[in-house]
Amino acid sequence: MSFFLETLLGGLMSGMLYSLVALGFVLIYKASGVFNFAQGAMVLFAALSMARFSEWIPEWLGMDNLLMANLLAIVVSVVVMFAVAWLIERLVLRHLVNQEGATLLMATLGIGYFLDGLGQTVFGSDIYKIDVGMPKEPVMMLESVFEGGILINKEDFVAALISAMLVLALTIFFQKTSTGRALRAVADDHQAAQSIGIPLGRIWVIVWCVAGITALVAGIIWGSKLGVQFSLQTVALRALPVVILGGLTSVPGAIIGGLIIGVGEKLSEVFLGPYVGGGIEIWFAYMLALMFLLFRPQGLFGEKIIYRD
Amino acid sequence: MFYRENGQFKTTYKSDQQVFAIPQDRWAILAIIAFAFLGIPLLVDEYIFRAILIPFLILSLAALGVNILVGYCGQITLGAGAFMAVGAYAAYNFLIRVSGMPALGAILLGGLTAAAVGIVFGIPSLRVRGLYLAVATLAAQFFCDWAFLRVKWFTNDSSSGSVSVADISLMGWTINSATDKYLFCLGILVVFSLMAKNLVRSAIGRQWMAIRDMDVAATVIGIRPMYAKLSAFAVSSFYVGVAGGLWGFVHLGSWEPAAFSIDRSFQLLFMVIIGGMGSIAGSFFGAAFIVILPIFLNQMLPLIGGLFGLEVSIALVAHVEIMVFGALIIFFLIVEPHGIARLWSTGREKLRLWPFPH
Repeated sequence: MSFFLETLLGGLMSGMLYSLVALGFVLIYKASGVFNFAQGAMVLFAALSMARFSEWIPEWLGMDNLLMANLLAIVVSVVVMFAVAWLIERLVLRHLVNQEGATLLMATLGIGYFLDGLGQTVFGSDIYKIDVGMPKEPVMMLESVFEGGILINKEDFVAALISAMLVLALTIFFQKTSTGRALRAVADDHQAAQSIGIPLGRIWVIVWCVAGITALVAGIIWGSKLGVQFSLQTVALRALPVVILGGLTSVPGAIIGGLIIGVGEKLSEVFLGPYVGGGIEIWFAYMLALMFLLFRPQGLFGEKIIYRD
Repeated sequence: MFYRENGQFKTTYKSDQQVFAIPQDRWAILAIIAFAFLGIPLLVDEYIFRAILIPFLILSLAALGVNILVGYCGQITLGAGAFMAVGAYAAYNFLIRVSGMPALGAILLGGLTAAAVGIVFGIPSLRVRGLYLAVATLAAQFFCDWAFLRVKWFTNDSSSGSVSVADISLMGWTINSATDKYLFCLGILVVFSLMAKNLVRSAIGRQWMAIRDMDVAATVIGIRPMYAKLSAFAVSSFYVGVAGGLWGFVHLGSWEPAAFSIDRSFQLLFMVIIGGMGSIAGSFFGAAFIVILPIFLNQMLPLIGGLFGLEVSIALVAHVEIMVFGALIIFFLIVEPHGIARLWSTGREKLRLWPFPH
């Protein structure tokens, strides 16, 4: 029983990280209709920048305050991600307005390759660590409920808290601020939004900035858990089934889809994996998404449309 | 002789329905094929065969297959690498499990197996389109990656899924030198390209294109979307599977599942988009571009670094290579979203009017 609960919780935690990445997908898709395959590269890029700047800034400024260094590094990384977002709109998307979906998809793949290369050229390609002072030690919980209790990483809890706060902040941003309303208007109908005077170009920059910030948060959490390395980039592919499951246009869908996929992966790996040779978590999520596509193509929370492209 | 078609009158049905209706085109293609068969083996050394020409031929074949699906039938696929893997491993199994199986037969049967798998993974295309379908085909990619790594039967109980094939032979002709391999691949490619060229202008090809352009309208005029889409998946996977078999048997000799990873799928899709969707010639242009670009960058970057007095390490070259690759792809998409094939046809249009463009 406690093993099951531990697996379940572990799944929820990794599912939450998938949600963070999936959120980046959904934000950009909603606002611009671009399926951003570069999200994984953005996570890697943000994490690399965070890891390296938190290393470099104390060197440059000659200080040894971990908190200050990390805060400065976060600020610098946010600026870097904003610059990336602005450049992407300026140099790529602006020139590809009204192109087919496949072309835009390829363009984001190109952006992904570029960011991968750039990140490793500028920041180096070793394994780096991000130390934002997250508590590492595991704690026992629910010992009174049943024997043995369950073992939980405090780090995971902090991570969950941070993601929840990010989602809350995004919700407030989307629902309450005028920029957020403009974003939703663009997501609903490009032409109508443009006709009432919402500047599309600026909206796209903002959306990519927001996606950059979610990438940074995801990068920091994954990076401090597993270290910053190239494999971080594949997290985007792991998060793809999440958006299919949750619906490409739904923010709550991304979060709940992420949790379902995370739990499903872990449970299937632990309880089903041994019978078929293990390692099934890679494709389990995809098969789940495939089933959803066959029987409920709009996902859990997506808008129901007859044709989806 | 000017490149011109005025004055050429088609007086018979036969001449009207030729694959290459303009004699200049016909002769040019024949000359290129003859040069590829006779001229290149005399001119080129072993390195170019192994590093450029053989990968180019095999990947062109795979790109042809992907182009049939993406360019002609309009179904985006990100699982081409998986079908290559199915083709390669199925061919391997046919070769070792059926005694007396000729290598070419194994490769073709591998292609047929890939076609069957392609039909299965094409079923979602009946429900979803576009990006959703792309994700559905990714399922094929990850499932096949896993299956060939973990299910021991497919790989004859070898560890880590790596298998190898000894030199193959075709009716007494042992294919072991680079030239032999090149000629073998070239022969298959020529036959398959001609087949593809004819397929896309036949009834079924028109059905694919009708589905691509507007599937509701196609259904209204009596095209069965299920038949058209699944046949496109089958034919495309057959091509890609045969290419996978060739890649394993001829190019690599021994391989493991990583040879057909998701990067391969992306690469094939890049070839189709950069070369030109819905164009047979475009597949070749795209394959050439994607095969040659990394080698070119690899050679050029240290030289360019040397010009500025910079020491360029191997790791840096690799990273800058990815960077330039990504940038060039974006550049290409912006400058010519319809691919090199469009440049080619614009060029031909210009040639037709030359030297008096008005």
